[in-house]
Amino acid sequence: MSGRFLDQIFISTKQLLLSFFSGAPNWVLQLISSLINIAALLGVFLSLFALISVLERKILGRIQNRYGPNRVGPFGLFQPVADGIKMLIKEDIVPLRADKVVHFLAPIMMVVPAILALGVIPYGRNMTAFSIDGGILFFFAVGSATELAVFMAGWGSNNKFSMLGAMRAIAQMVSYELPLIVTILPVVMIVGSLSPDAIVAAQGAYWHGIVPRWFVFTPWGATAFILFFVSGLVESNRTPFDVPEGESEIVAGHMTEYSGFKYATFFMAEYFGMFAISGLAVTLFLGGWQAPFGFLQWIPSYAWFFAKLCLLLFVFIWIRGTLPRTRVDQVMNFAWKFMLPMAFACIIAAAVWHYQGHGLRGWLWSAAVIAAVYFALSYFLESRKRFAPRTYRFAE
Amino acid sequence: MSTVAFFAIAIFTLAAALAAASFSKLIHAALCLALAFIGIAAFYFSLGAEFVGLAQVFIYVGAVAVLIVFTILLTRRESDAPVQFKWSGAVVALAVFAGLIWAIFKSPLPGGAAPAVAPLTVKQIGESLMTSYVWPLQCVGLLLTGALIGAVVLVMDEKP
Repeated sequence: MSGRFLDQIFISTKQLLLSFFSGAPNWVLQLISSLINIAALLGVFLSLFALISVLERKILGRIQNRYGPNRVGPFGLFQPVADGIKMLIKEDIVPLRADKVVHFLAPIMMVVPAILALGVIPYGRNMTAFSIDGGILFFFAVGSATELAVFMAGWGSNNKFSMLGAMRAIAQMVSYELPLIVTILPVVMIVGSLSPDAIVAAQGAYWHGIVPRWFVFTPWGATAFILFFVSGLVESNRTPFDVPEGESEIVAGHMTEYSGFKYATFFMAEYFGMFAISGLAVTLFLGGWQAPFGFLQWIPSYAWFFAKLCLLLFVFIWIRGTLPRTRVDQVMNFAWKFMLPMAFACIIAAAVWHYQGHGLRGWLWSAAVIAAVYFALSYFLESRKRFAPRTYRFAE
Repeated sequence: MSTVAFFAIAIFTLAAALAAASFSKLIHAALCLALAFIGIAAFYFSLGAEFVGLAQVFIYVGAVAVLIVFTILLTRRESDAPVQFKWSGAVVALAVFAGLIWAIFKSPLPGGAAPAVAPLTVKQIGESLMTSYVWPLQCVGLLLTGALIGAVVLVMDEKP
């Protein structure tokens, strides 16, 4: 009983707030309901942004054997507040020959799609801010507007580094959007719906009462999850795929000419994009807000969701602290020659799994499909490589 | 409520389209065109055609607008020469306008209120694409794959 109450506490609070306006016409109620959702979404994710930005520096410090921020507040936890004040009172420099309007609008255009994309993810039982029938499609539709924003930032700054960075960013975002979308197709095929709520509901039961029916525990699901995660790294321009802002080559890419709070907005957009991609990965493959064991269902659903989200965010940071940056052409080759065929293999493996019955036989057959494609790809991609002096394709 | 929404979206879309047609800087025009695409998607949403609206944003804002912007970026320098009036362009614009007007007035409009139609779900669209329209779908897929390979062949001018 108390578990049920804790689980639905935010929904109940919202209903309580709405009951104050019970006399109002229907569209006013809808408007207020949407505003409450938006306020909750922004409040939660801005706090998470502040928390993760300091945690990232702490974890990177731990990985690099140093302390990280520890001056402001206990354990440096108030660092984001200090950073925010610093960013707000910094001078906002706009280049003289920049396209002022486009330069100004780019950071806003960057952060809006990320926030919109966060709206369709189910954060707990009955806790989807905007549940629409084609939620997954909505996620990628608004996400695709980011490319235009990156272009606006690069072009509006009137700077060669900005433009080069923007072109790199758009090139890799367009390339990796393909594997990103193809890897979600198996899940959509098996569930038969594009709605995130239905996808989470389909992962609700347990095999033999122990192993949860999350898609990551099937061969195609595990492969698709890894591919999705790597594509997500690229889409949110994170290490090891942060060539668009490689500071040793092109100052800071499309963010070169931004300062003060506009720069902070870009930073925020990057983090929000990371939250959105991780949230979608949790929804699609890690069972959304479902508990990992049946006997742990008394813990509220949103706690599970945010625990999984934070786990994925930790992996993002861990990878950043571990791997060096890739080269531009390596990133592209990897997308078209490896990621895309593997993503198609996932579709076939999911179909095999489905038609062999969702049991052990289907599991083995689909694992066989994935393994065959993986070894064939490794063989054909490696077969023409010999030890030889290195040749450069783009720099002669 | 829906009338208010209609007029708000209509004014937004028309303003964006007008800006796209009249800005002298091509990049600004292209960005305004993207705004107009978003306005049209909003129309589809308000009419209940969710999937078409999402596809509109996905394809036109995500792909076509980026394509246009890159085409402008890679093909021409921004010139300060005043834009002259071109008769050929005016003739083409008038012809398209007249054709559209003719088509609109020729098509019969149902009198009275439109019958209520159940909103189309994504599932129904998918099923009809995979059953009755599977051949057109496959042809489009083949065409797009051909275009993709052709683009790679065109730009790859290095020795094997």
